[in-house]
Amino acid sequence: MALTAFAGSPAATGSSGVRRGGRIALLLLIPGIAYLLLFFLAPLISLVMTSLQSPSETVFGQYDFTFNWANYLQVVGQYSEQILRSFLYAVLATVFALLFSYPLAYFIGVTMRRWPLVQSLLLILVVAPLFISFLLRTLAWKQILSDEGFVVTTLKALSLLGPQDHITGTGIAVVFGLTYNFIPFMCLPLYTTLERLDLRVVEASRDLYATPFTTFRTVILPLSMPGIVSGTLLTFIPAAGDYVNASSQFLGGTSSTMIGNVIQSNFLVQLNYPAAAALSILLMATILVLVGFYVRRSGTEDLL
Amino acid sequence: MSGQNQAGLVLGQEIGAEEQAPARRPGRVGIGVGKWLLPVYCTLALIFLLIPIVYTIVFSFNDSVRTNISWRGFTLDNWLGVCNEPGVCEAFGNSILIGVSATVIATVLGTMIAIALVRYRFKFRAATNLLLFLPMATPEVVMGAGLAAQFLTAGVPKGIGTIIVAHAMFCLSFVVVTVKARVASLDPALEDAGRDLYGSPSQVFWRITFPLLVPGILAAALLSFSLSFDDFIITYFNSGAVNTFPTFIYTAATRGIPAEANVIASAVFLLAIAVVLIGQLSANARRKRAAIR
Repeated sequence: MALTAFAGSPAATGSSGVRRGGRIALLLLIPGIAYLLLFFLAPLISLVMTSLQSPSETVFGQYDFTFNWANYLQVVGQYSEQILRSFLYAVLATVFALLFSYPLAYFIGVTMRRWPLVQSLLLILVVAPLFISFLLRTLAWKQILSDEGFVVTTLKALSLLGPQDHITGTGIAVVFGLTYNFIPFMCLPLYTTLERLDLRVVEASRDLYATPFTTFRTVILPLSMPGIVSGTLLTFIPAAGDYVNASSQFLGGTSSTMIGNVIQSNFLVQLNYPAAAALSILLMATILVLVGFYVRRSGTEDLL
Repeated sequence: MSGQNQAGLVLGQEIGAEEQAPARRPGRVGIGVGKWLLPVYCTLALIFLLIPIVYTIVFSFNDSVRTNISWRGFTLDNWLGVCNEPGVCEAFGNSILIGVSATVIATVLGTMIAIALVRYRFKFRAATNLLLFLPMATPEVVMGAGLAAQFLTAGVPKGIGTIIVAHAMFCLSFVVVTVKARVASLDPALEDAGRDLYGSPSQVFWRITFPLLVPGILAAALLSFSLSFDDFIITYFNSGAVNTFPTFIYTAATRGIPAEANVIASAVFLLAIAVVLIGQLSANARRKRAAIR
């Protein structure tokens, strides 16, 4: 089903069907590639250009291109807190989503392997949150975790939460929301890898008197690395740039703003396009560097 | 059997069983606790995942006045008069229109690229792959701001058109990935047979290749539609005065979401689940029939 798209494609190995490309290959490629060049790459370039603009001296509210590298220094200085917070929240959400999803994916992919129908039904439940509006499910959590809600009143009754404490509007709520919203993206690739895990290897490890912990650490975990890598990427990247969970109408507050909120308010509210552009380029560059480093470290370069 | 044993051991890992298992025949470890610990955890985890969905559906029946926050009693009015709330249905209609248009563009362009990638060797292959991968690795806020900056520079007014262009752009890569998997799994012998029987290249493509690709293309189209339908971040940067369903909710969030929005979200959810369920069940039936043969 559509779900396979999240898990990365199986490598298209050169079969006998592969032909040397000629005019047909070009005809097939050109429209789509042109579309991406025009509406993906060109906007990135125009974002870089915008990030180097400075306010026009003649017309108020206009910006001129001036190689104004100082924009970058300025946004880093001004928003370092939000930038660091975004990556911290994204890392936390990724780790929590991984810990939450691994046993679930293992259960569906390995334990339930003899019942394919049950497997697909459970998978549907895992991705079900994706079928209800992203904003509405986040708002639902906001209302469940609100001060008058069941969760907060219970925690307060148990004195686990002080009378003045809140959940919504804090960093905890934002990390919670990010984790919840991206769990399906973590679960699916984990499932695809674990579903293909060769159980004979696990058995062999047991026959060699490995403890369950050793079997997990030296056999199961390394074999599930491809799923872990794509799952963490699919969670980390959107989480780092998200601004819905952290926005104050949803789960965040003034002390939990992320880089996405800053980009949005600079671009759409303050109309400070150069600052928004510089932050976007910074965000993207940081993510690409981190992802490149991570993928190299985990030894799964062929995923890309 | 063996699955449950491992289940125990994985759980011991993840949830944190305190003591190390003593060195006895490892095959028996974990039967006691692991046998039920993993299923129980998974049941709780799935319930947790479904909480906001149930909440949204339940509150679509709430007899709310202006804000839909506290429960005031059961009513069917929201379902029967969805379009009474100004803006909800219009936003929903826009979302459908945008979703369908973006899906058509992305599916056509993406399928062509997928076929070229699997079936032909050509220069710039690595660059093409990179160009397809990057949109999936770029945060939406960056793509949204980039497109908005470009439309601004080019003087293009924001509206439904700019949203469609944006959505087709980020759906394209997902279509390529999905269809590519299907093309790669096709048996080239089938096309060879078509050629051996003197089928012209276009006959072979339309009578053999394309019908075999249809499930993959359909899956890609469904994925693309659902990505487009639920997209908020890129849309918000490029929508101007037009409301889609998600931007409607976003703006309504400050003054309170009308219950009619819950109705639409619930209806879409139930429809999507039904489509996926039918798809899975029929795939299952087909698998069984194939096994019998």
